[in-house]
Amino acid sequence: MLMKLATNFMGWVDKRLPVTDAWNKHLAQYPAPKNFNFWYFFGSLAMLVLVNQILTGIWLTMNYEPSGAGAFASVEYIMRDVDYGWLLRYMHSTGASAFFVVVYMHMMRGLMYGSYQKPRELLWIFGMLIFLVLMAEAFMGYLLPWGNMSYWGAQVIISLFGAVPIIGDDLTLWIRGDYVISGATLNRFFALHVIAMPLVLVVLVFLHILALHEVGSNNPEGIDIKKPKGSVKPEELSKFTFHKQYSGKYDIVDAVPFHPYYSVKDIMGVAFFLFLFCWVMFFAPEGGGYFMEAPNFTPANGLKTPEHIAPVWYFGPFYTILRVVPDKLLGAVAMFGAIVMLFALPWFDRGTVKSVRYRSKLHLVNLIQFAICFVVLGALGTMPATPTANLIGVIASFGYFGFFIALWFYSKNENTKPVPERIAD
Amino acid sequence: MKKLIIAVTFGILCSATTLLSFNAVAAGPSIELDKANNDLSDKESLKKGFKTYINYCLGCHQLQYQRYNRTFTDLGIDEADGVANYMYTGEKTGDHILNSMPAKEAAAWFGSAPPDLTLEARLRSPDWIYTYLRSFYIDESRPFGVNNTVFKDVGMPHVLQGLQGVSTKDEHGKLSPAMGGSLTSEEYDVVVRDLTNFLEYVGEPNKLERKALGYWVLAFLFIFFIIAYFLKKEYWKDVH
Repeated sequence: MLMKLATNFMGWVDKRLPVTDAWNKHLAQYPAPKNFNFWYFFGSLAMLVLVNQILTGIWLTMNYEPSGAGAFASVEYIMRDVDYGWLLRYMHSTGASAFFVVVYMHMMRGLMYGSYQKPRELLWIFGMLIFLVLMAEAFMGYLLPWGNMSYWGAQVIISLFGAVPIIGDDLTLWIRGDYVISGATLNRFFALHVIAMPLVLVVLVFLHILALHEVGSNNPEGIDIKKPKGSVKPEELSKFTFHKQYSGKYDIVDAVPFHPYYSVKDIMGVAFFLFLFCWVMFFAPEGGGYFMEAPNFTPANGLKTPEHIAPVWYFGPFYTILRVVPDKLLGAVAMFGAIVMLFALPWFDRGTVKSVRYRSKLHLVNLIQFAICFVVLGALGTMPATPTANLIGVIASFGYFGFFIALWFYSKNENTKPVPERIAD
Repeated sequence: MKKLIIAVTFGILCSATTLLSFNAVAAGPSIELDKANNDLSDKESLKKGFKTYINYCLGCHQLQYQRYNRTFTDLGIDEADGVANYMYTGEKTGDHILNSMPAKEAAAWFGSAPPDLTLEARLRSPDWIYTYLRSFYIDESRPFGVNNTVFKDVGMPHVLQGLQGVSTKDEHGKLSPAMGGSLTSEEYDVVVRDLTNFLEYVGEPNKLERKALGYWVLAFLFIFFIIAYFLKKEYWKDVH
């Protein structure tokens, strides 16, 4: 009886909106390669953290006061007087750092298995846009507690725009809405942080997934699971039913439907991730001074500069690149250049073999040196600038940019290994 | 199973590196700090610390984000006792712990207005507070005749001088008592430890609740992970 009611209801809906079809197309009959490994957890985890940020953000907004006079006190009000307000705030602040951990791992996955290569360039571009918006979102969010590091961190980053020739000063004035960072800046950052950026972020995530499902998921082998129609013997085809959107155009091999196979697998990943996440959140929510910096426990004060202004850890790599260049304008150019390089990655890589497993030793070494340089740059970004740190920073910056340049040169005629036709069991 | 082992090893490695780097950064400035060894679950210590705070600190340093009644509840002080013994200026129990020192004049008296201390333990660490309050020494060049090895040229007088007495600093920077106060050095350390304990409490009143809840959540997630692992295994057993 209830079953029949549900069927009738879905029939009624489906005639008006293809809900069942969308469910099948994107979940229950979406062909996902069967060989996803550890690195493939981070996409779903990024979604989880995004949802966490949005939900906790909504509840934080209910008690937060976006004004220069009230912001700091309202955060302490949330920490003390709001029921479980401390939990909401720590979920949000730990979530911000977790977001970048997850996204950096997700990007690394793309680098390792060539998931940015043709035909996934646009997918990669959407991902990079998400990364860019996420950085803006995090930067603006960090001003909101209105602590002294919020203030001075924002001061440093906004002043970068002052390096732009001719319009620099007017530009910083326009961003701040005042001659110094003030309540006006806080208010606009609040608006952007809670409405504009999240909206853009959600739309981009939507497009990222649509683009993914259009071209299909890559995998650790970098082998396409969609073969030309009619090229595969019937007994070799995947035994699962896939949506005609995919199986109508291609012969699908070595794949499983995303749901339930990867939904149950991702739930396992979620449990594991949440264990680590909650460990930090409940037992070290300040993240040892990396997730919440100590000077942020005193209100914003334009007359009292913290001893050492460090951006939050996730900006570390780019901040170091900025800092090692002696000239302010060139430093800013280098910093933005570092992100532009990532955007252009699909065109730096002229190779056709995707996965690092079947590429040259040189590529493996290049990839490892890039990962090391990125981590080193990140670590340096949180430390005070000393001549030694600066020297290491310069070397690591060369490693960062060198990755792309070298890739462009060797990928054209790379000494790759033969790529198998099929994903092995 | 192999994958599970790899995943668990990876998790442990990640956490270990994270914790190690956390400890490395927590060191902060180069001043050697003594360990406060305070115990947040010791309510008697917290009560004594609260009392010391009211008697010696509140005149200048507010706790503007913390309420009296919240403190009473958390420290196990009943309200009547609290009103009689901890509140002297006729506030309501739901009020924040404030004083009536005018900030502008205070800045003129001390060089800068005495800061609010609600979050001092989070700003500087309990060990810092514990060491700082035990590091005043005679320095006639300063307006109040004392200086501090932890906070050089601090604007604050040695408020607890009546308890500790005063110390002198030799050329190696070592402090030695010059004139005793009403307490022995060990008794004074206990008073400062209790005060530090109270300030750590006030910095984050939910700290104990947070950790207690954390164990339950982790225990749940551990069990949930095991179930999720076997669920995944069950679904995937016929995928080749």
